[in-house]
Amino acid sequence: MEWNFAPVIANLDILLLGLLNTLKVTGLALSLGVPLGLGLALMRLSQNRPISMISEFIIEFFRTTPPLVQLFWFFFAFPILFNINMTPYLAAVVTFSIQSSAFFAEIFRSGIQSIDHGQWEGSKAIGMTRNQSLRRVILPQAVKRMIPAFMERSIELLKTTTLVSTIAYTDLMYQANSVAQSTFRPLEVYSVIAAIYFILIFGFSQLSIVVEHRLAKSGEGTVN
Amino acid sequence: MSELIRVENLHKSFGTLEVLKGIDLHVNSGETLVLLGSSGSGKSTLLRCINFMETLTSGRILLNGDAIGSETRGKITYKESDLCKLRTRIGMVFQHFNLFPHMTVLQNVMEGQLTVLGRDKAEAAEKSMIQLTRVGLADKAAEFPSRLSGGQKQRVAIARALAMDPDVMLFDEVTSALDPELVGEVLKTMRQLAEEGMTMICVTHELGFAYHVANRVLFLNEGTIHEEGDPQSVLRNPQTKRMKEFLEGHALFKLPE
Repeated sequence: MEWNFAPVIANLDILLLGLLNTLKVTGLALSLGVPLGLGLALMRLSQNRPISMISEFIIEFFRTTPPLVQLFWFFFAFPILFNINMTPYLAAVVTFSIQSSAFFAEIFRSGIQSIDHGQWEGSKAIGMTRNQSLRRVILPQAVKRMIPAFMERSIELLKTTTLVSTIAYTDLMYQANSVAQSTFRPLEVYSVIAAIYFILIFGFSQLSIVVEHRLAKSGEGTVN
Repeated sequence: MSELIRVENLHKSFGTLEVLKGIDLHVNSGETLVLLGSSGSGKSTLLRCINFMETLTSGRILLNGDAIGSETRGKITYKESDLCKLRTRIGMVFQHFNLFPHMTVLQNVMEGQLTVLGRDKAEAAEKSMIQLTRVGLADKAAEFPSRLSGGQKQRVAIARALAMDPDVMLFDEVTSALDPELVGEVLKTMRQLAEEGMTMICVTHELGFAYHVANRVLFLNEGTIHEEGDPQSVLRNPQTKRMKEFLEGHALFKLPE
């Protein structure tokens, strides 16, 4: 057995396009999933029972069903139900936005609930509405505490997006499959993309450690 | 002296537990009222009802003669916006300070002015410095609360409430969480406020403060006002058995004269 990376290098542009698409889906799912997750968390924390229950159902549903099933559902079933055209790209973005929003909702919720009740009281007593308290006092503190869980979830999301190759979206995994098949060099191709994922995620988690340290240093203790 | 706050037939229950069983009281402008009572007597709940940190079960509260809430067919409803406006006029200071740890001292005092009153930054900063000077902490403006002692935190909390220019201040056991040696500086600040004519309602266990600063003392027992009067007579010559026991409990380990 000998290693030959020449075919991989020759097809590097295809792999890089895949990487770009992977980052695109991950980035979009994050930027839609985070605000959606905040919305779900606020619904879940609402004093209105029905609203809270709807949110709870959505969160639990997307946390407990396998992401591959969700992806297939949005790609194959959803278009039949609503008679629309679904592209692999759209299905991927929709699935992972909603799926990650369910996880982000729980991160937001536990972050918000971890803030001492006295913070609500202190802001209420100077005349703030619930929304003002949330925006100015509670969330700025909660977000700080959420960052480690948020980073971990984002990494998880990046990994889960490899599933989109199954519906023929040209992400890094899909491109690797096609290069491996056309060049008959699965050993080198899959080794290289494993390395790419490793570098990407390892770099990201190192970054998150730096961020955490920064926060810990500037960390005015959150309990008074 | 004009009447600033009137509480009429206030009842408050938590579930089946009735904590306040019909309270009537009034506070005149410039007066300092001290609420005494053992734990569970309802004094903190009463205080928290006055600025609607708790919703009333029944009864009503008037500020400057105007009843809070809107009454339709005998049922009083309270809008969040009305209550928020009310709370800007009734300042409150808590046992555990409840300062915002992610803001500096100055930002803490400015926050309500910016977010709630809509003052511009320069004005809010100026008013904040006036109040911080008043409580003797102007030099701590740039610090974060975590760098302050308990007594300093509590004085910042007082400045934060004062910066809203309230008509009346509520103090809810504000020295109970402090080291004994820090209690004095907070009481001193409160005394100074009282002398400057601020209207104050204080829940406290500091009998000395009640004796020297209060215009009137109310003793709460089991959700009702049990005894009431000027501090010299109530604290020196209690009329009821319950009040006597309460005072004896406090005097148990006093230094000999």
